[in-house]
Parts: sequence; C-alpha cells; structure tokens
Amino acid sequence: MSVADILTVLLVSVGLVFFLAGSVGLLRFPDFHSRLHALTKADNLGLGLIALGVAFQVAEPFGIVKLVLVWFLAVLAAASVAQLIARSALDRLPDGKEADKRG
Amino acid sequence: MTAFLLLAALFLLATIALGFLRVHRGPSRADRIASAQLVGTGGVAVTLLLSAASGNGAIIDVGLVLALLAAFAAVAFVKSTAADGAGDPEEDEGP
Repeated sequence: MSVADILTVLLVSVGLVFFLAGSVGLLRFPDFHSRLHALTKADNLGLGLIALGVAFQVAEPFGIVKLVLVWFLAVLAAASVAQLIARSALDRLPDGKEADKRG
Repeated sequence: MTAFLLLAALFLLATIALGFLRVHRGPSRADRIASAQLVGTGGVAVTLLLSAASGNGAIIDVGLVLALLAAFAAVAFVKSTAADGAGDPEEDEGP
C-alpha cells in the first residue's frame, strides 16, 4: 500500500463517520431545526473528506479540479438550501403540524 | 483499494437508507425534503467513490447533476410552501 492509498483509506473512513453522524442526527434529534443542523453540517464535511480522499486516487490534474468543484457546488447549494428550508419551517408549530396560514 | 472504495460506497448507501426512515416518519414536509438533501449529498459521495473504484471519471458528472437537482428540488419546495408576501422577489407583492 502506498502513502496515497493509506491517506485515501483514512480520509474516506473519517468521511463515512461524519455521514453516519449526520444520518443518526437526522433520526434522533427532537425538532426540525436541530435535524437540519445535523444534516447540513455533518454531511458536507463528510463529502469534503471523501472528495479529498478520492483525490489521491485521481491521476490527471483536471480530475482533481473537478472533485473540488463538485464539493464546492454541494457546499454552496447546502448552505443556501438550509437557510431557505429553515426559514420556511419557522412558521410551523413545534409538534410538526403546519400553522394554518392559508386561512 | 477497489474493494475498500466499493465497501465505503455500500456503507454510504446504508446511511442514506437510515435517512429514508425520517422520510417515512415525517412529521412535517420540511423533514422529508431535508432527508432528500441527505440523499443528494450522500449520492454525490457515492458517485465520487464509484468513479475512483472504476477509474471512470465520467461518473463524477452524474454526481454534479445529482447535487444540482437536489438543490433545485429544495428551492422548488420552499417556493411552493412560502406564504404570500414572504419576500419572494419573483412573486407579485400587490393585493
């Protein structure tokens, strides 16, 4: 096993732990906003670590640039989407029923 | 190395399946679309791992499309649930 392979195994494994943490948080946290918090942070950190780990297996430079771009798009999308969903969920009641706003 | 990457992809699929439990339980629609975000992020990671395992760089493009579609789905959801006058610049604010 080369140094690059060891780094890949290490980084991908840590990334998997973050993905697992995100899923467990999505299942276990009590209200919507903490679930969204667990999901958006942990998952995108996991994706970044996996992209970094996979980058050690890519031979050509353009492939690495593409991996970085994929991660950047995912982080950008997750940041704006989390903001939008969290705001749209603000007018819902804590027990999960939607507030009656169409009256 | 290929075996490790494929195993990692399998593990990721299992965590995505855990997220589907939240889709099943709900309770709100926002919870379900948040789980769809998990499928988007996890799916991108799976495509990255598969592209490294198979040595086929084109699979990364699939991941790019997946990330884009997950973001569009969430934005469409937010636009469909936003109340009138919530500040959406694409909506008429008049009476």
